[in-house]
Amino acid sequence: MPHDQTTDIAILGGGLAGLAAGIGLAAHGLDVTVIDRGEPGDQTLESFDGRSSAIAYASCNLLKAIGVWEHLEGRHQPIREIRVSDGPSLMHLHFDHRDLGAGPLGEMVENRHMRLALHARAKELPNLRHLAPASVTEIERDAVAARLTLADGNTITAWLLLGIDGRASQARRDAGITVTEWGYDQVGIVCSIEHELPHGGVAHERFLPSGPFAILPLTGNRSSLVWTEKQHLADTVMGLSPRAFEAEVQRRCGDFLGKVKVIGGRWCYPLTLQFADRYTDTRLALVGDAAHGIHPIAGQGLNMGLRDVAALIEVIVEAARAGLDIGSGAVLDRYARWREFDNVTLMGVTDVLNRLFSNDIAPVRIARDLGLAVVDRIPPLKNFFMAHARGTVGTLPKLLSGDRL
Amino acid sequence: MSKKMSTENNSGSKQATTGRMAEGVTVNEDEVAFFARIADQWWDENGPFRPLHLLNPTRLAYIRAAINAHTGTSETSLKPFEGIRILDIGCGGGLLSEPLCRLGASVTGVDASERNIEVAKIHATRMGLTIDYRNTTAEALAEAGEQFDVVVNMEVVEHVADVPAYLAACRALVKPGGLMLMSTLNRTARSFIFAIVGAEYVLRWLPIGAHDWNKFLTPRELADALKTAGFTPEAPTGFVFNPLTGNWKLSDRDVAVNYAMGAVAA
Repeated sequence: MPHDQTTDIAILGGGLAGLAAGIGLAAHGLDVTVIDRGEPGDQTLESFDGRSSAIAYASCNLLKAIGVWEHLEGRHQPIREIRVSDGPSLMHLHFDHRDLGAGPLGEMVENRHMRLALHARAKELPNLRHLAPASVTEIERDAVAARLTLADGNTITAWLLLGIDGRASQARRDAGITVTEWGYDQVGIVCSIEHELPHGGVAHERFLPSGPFAILPLTGNRSSLVWTEKQHLADTVMGLSPRAFEAEVQRRCGDFLGKVKVIGGRWCYPLTLQFADRYTDTRLALVGDAAHGIHPIAGQGLNMGLRDVAALIEVIVEAARAGLDIGSGAVLDRYARWREFDNVTLMGVTDVLNRLFSNDIAPVRIARDLGLAVVDRIPPLKNFFMAHARGTVGTLPKLLSGDRL
Repeated sequence: MSKKMSTENNSGSKQATTGRMAEGVTVNEDEVAFFARIADQWWDENGPFRPLHLLNPTRLAYIRAAINAHTGTSETSLKPFEGIRILDIGCGGGLLSEPLCRLGASVTGVDASERNIEVAKIHATRMGLTIDYRNTTAEALAEAGEQFDVVVNMEVVEHVADVPAYLAACRALVKPGGLMLMSTLNRTARSFIFAIVGAEYVLRWLPIGAHDWNKFLTPRELADALKTAGFTPEAPTGFVFNPLTGNWKLSDRDVAVNYAMGAVAA
């Protein structure tokens, strides 16, 4: 028999950002229901998502504050240095965490490990329900509440609905919020490698003519690769035999890691940039990729999502502690004003970087080589870029600065 | 009885004829619809009560911290005030009563305007909150011998004709050892410009003539009046408005315009 369940906050989407939001809100005493279409068990298999995420230092602070990090024990690799270089040139940029004084620049975590940690933490919170697999057939929102009807006929009534359901967000579409989107004629090919020599916690980003090529350190003698390639070459690369693919990977990595071996599968994602024209509507807030999808050039996609999450938790918890209606326009406006500016800025920077580095026109290449060398020699500029990589630029939510609410 | 009005009075709209409702006789459908419309206005953050909605989170932060400190309750719990009986004087549409109820308190809201009480009742029902709203005055409640752990008395005293008599009635409403929280406007050059010239004439936040600057009390005058009424007043806290961002913040130092003061019933 269908029944109606009430909750403070309903979250559509139980991916990395969705679960992190649910956990953070529940850990601060709110009653949360996360709804996801997928089977949670499947999402932690390597075949579902073999990607890894670079978790910026600030994002680590959030994961520590909401009790997720302790479930990642032994499964994170600190990034101690970032070396950025331009394809054929010797000019390079070198970011070392010792220049900033404290802790690593970020941590590499495999997405499936992150999911396992989030699921484990979610289970510890009695006021967090994780309904999966479950799908929503109808969304109604008005001045008083948001009400969701599930495929099984049950309904969920909440003060606030969070759409954290990815780039093709159902919550966003349902609210009639349009997106602005553009593609790059590029794809990101992702795989993991095992190598003979240790990586020493160094991340490498090389700007090759087809786009950036990143080697990111994983635990052990393993690394995650993000190989940006022109769209029309994607099928060819994805169709290569394992041996030919491995040879291409070896050629791009060079020999500083010794002999490399591709482990697990390869994934291919089109690179696009999109952002929602609004982040909020009546009793609805969009978070993470539902609000903004970003070219993964600077590894900032999940970090931007987690910044949304941290800001949203702070705004909602403050409102709830004042006894205010957590789904009211004033609360949602504060979130939107805080995040929209930050996200638009970062997306602009990333877009410019990609356009600048994804080509082989000689004057542009020379200019950017000089640029890299100049940045490397000017400490304040370098520190700014490092702070950006660590995610500590802008008006930081408290949970990202290592503070508690 | 002193003549009071709440700043939360919607004096811009037409007055309803609601004489019968207080006596609990038939409720006219048209009247309910009329109040429902005003309730929407009251709670529309971009509507006529926008200034109050902007101030509300800051006053609530102050109220919460003050009650936490007085009662030794949790600063982070979402239901810290369970078992605490709170009176909200001049409750208007319920902008403070509803949050205090959500925080677990047992709330009584009173307002001299019958229309405000009807509006507050409709909205609370819609939000699933149980609040004891009454169309009465502090004086009448005191005469009836009611007492509360905490009395919230925000932006009322500047509209009161006889301050000593009003504070005496408030004292009778607070249990011995209980807390009263007041907020009002200071009598300074800045408050004249802000409240009278700014809020009434320039921004049209409030109806012209809503305030009489000469009746504003300085923190010292308020503290003295509270002592006379049998309270132990605490140091004032400023509510400071930033005209550029439209936000309010709490200040220990700047009490030149809006300020709040806690007082413990002796």
